[in-house]
Amino acid sequence: MKILVCISKAPDTTSKIAFTSGNTSFDENGVQYIVNPYDEWYALVRALELKETLGGNVTIITVGNAVDESIMRKALAIGADDAVRIDAEPKDAYFTAMQIAAFAKNQSFDLVLVGKETINYNGSQVGGMIAEALELPFVSLASKLDIDGNVIRLEREIAGGVQVVEVSTPAVISCAKGMAEQRIPNMRGIMAARTRQLTVVPAVDVQELTSYVQYDLPVSKSACKMISPDNMDELVQLLHNEAKVI
Amino acid sequence: MTLVYIHSENGLSKAAKEVVTYAKKLGDGVSVITNGNTTGDVLAELGEYGASSVMVDRSVSSDDHQQLLDLVVFAAEKTGATSIVFSHDLTAKAIAPRLSVRLNAGLVSGATDVPNESGAIRVNVFSGKAFGFVKVNSTKQIISLLPNSIQPEITGGACGVEEINSGASTGRIKLITTKKPEGEIPLPEAELVVSAGRGLKGPENWGMVEDLAKSLGAATACSRPVADIGWRPHHEHVGQTGVAIRPNLYIAAGISGAIQHLAGVNGSKVIVVINTDQEAPFFKAADYGVVGDAFEVLPKLTEAIRKFKAGQN
Repeated sequence: MKILVCISKAPDTTSKIAFTSGNTSFDENGVQYIVNPYDEWYALVRALELKETLGGNVTIITVGNAVDESIMRKALAIGADDAVRIDAEPKDAYFTAMQIAAFAKNQSFDLVLVGKETINYNGSQVGGMIAEALELPFVSLASKLDIDGNVIRLEREIAGGVQVVEVSTPAVISCAKGMAEQRIPNMRGIMAARTRQLTVVPAVDVQELTSYVQYDLPVSKSACKMISPDNMDELVQLLHNEAKVI
Repeated sequence: MTLVYIHSENGLSKAAKEVVTYAKKLGDGVSVITNGNTTGDVLAELGEYGASSVMVDRSVSSDDHQQLLDLVVFAAEKTGATSIVFSHDLTAKAIAPRLSVRLNAGLVSGATDVPNESGAIRVNVFSGKAFGFVKVNSTKQIISLLPNSIQPEITGGACGVEEINSGASTGRIKLITTKKPEGEIPLPEAELVVSAGRGLKGPENWGMVEDLAKSLGAATACSRPVADIGWRPHHEHVGQTGVAIRPNLYIAAGISGAIQHLAGVNGSKVIVVINTDQEAPFFKAADYGVVGDAFEVLPKLTEAIRKFKAGQN
């Protein structure tokens, strides 16, 4: 089983979100980058579990600059066999997906796994775009993934429930909660990952289709109105007359 | 021309009316493409929200995303649409990215507003902790609208409905079974949500959460630790790594309000927080707060809601 896992960097979930240059770019000051949790916890760990039972090879790929190599080493420390970086700023989902598709095109991966979305841009776009570019089936938001021969059996989220679906390899799958449990790399893995060779691939020429031109922070709420626990009728009246939500 | 794809199984959802209203606000004529079993008379009502025509292909299955994609591509070519609008649901997540590549059209996922004066569209980024404004550089654009971002508006009368056969081919993904709990309100679509956390002390105490939800007609949700220790199913987990929701009312009991939890709920219009600890960070994000024990406050609130509802009838 030859598996490609697409990973992205994301700010640590406790990061303070702020912007600079007139709110046109993310303020990276003091921000610790991690592997996007959906990519790491679900896509990468499930890929490693499949490799452990079926044999094969897990390659991780990211689109980014040399400073992003720390997330590649983290993925290697957890257990990936190879790490590839497309040497470019990931301008938008389309640009990123086209870079990964160009790399994967002639490599005959059985599975291409992505996290269901990144926690910084939340677009849920890259997986479907890779699938379309490679003309492969795409199963979005899978919470369970098993392999039997060349059949992939998946559970995917649908509105208010789940569906069990089957598709033959190769396919692109976006991975959501439930697929695997987070793995903490051990010291031996971390040490070994430090000296591993990382593959750097030049970017292909692609024009991005979208750009973020501005950011903004939500206006903070006005002071919270406190209500006595013995006066729930007042709360109900406020929700009805003032907030108008019931 | 703007093309809108909607689900229309068993009638028109609020989300369907929202996307048609949104498409109308983009300024061009609006065509709707749909599948499913909703009758022509009901589909014609989409005209009231701004549609000038509706096309329906009854042979296309909503479970087959490949077929749905072909249906939307067919309709986009037929109408010459330059904008295509979806509701930002699981179907959109499955097909809009493919459509973006197929049509070389920039995709704006999870739009929360119409384009601003410079043509940029607001979306939630950093899991709801900030807004981004996205500009599309291509001639064609695809927008998926976050549910409950705009309200449906009636602006006209019924429109024509055309039964079509798009010839969309079936996909390679085989559906084996569908598991759907009956009668529950799907969390992402719920307008009222009652949620609880570790403060409830154990799964056996969820009855009072469900009672309050029932009195309101609300969906139930929970914090991440509660889902992780198995007190509640994972699909109820709201937060940065769970479901992101934006109901009109979010009532949280026994949840301290960690930044990761807030990321999933801070799009809610009104937040009520019930917590024994008056220093709980959630109060800073709340509109209404009750410092008290959920075990006492929840039944009292349920009682007050029931009294209020009885008085309304």
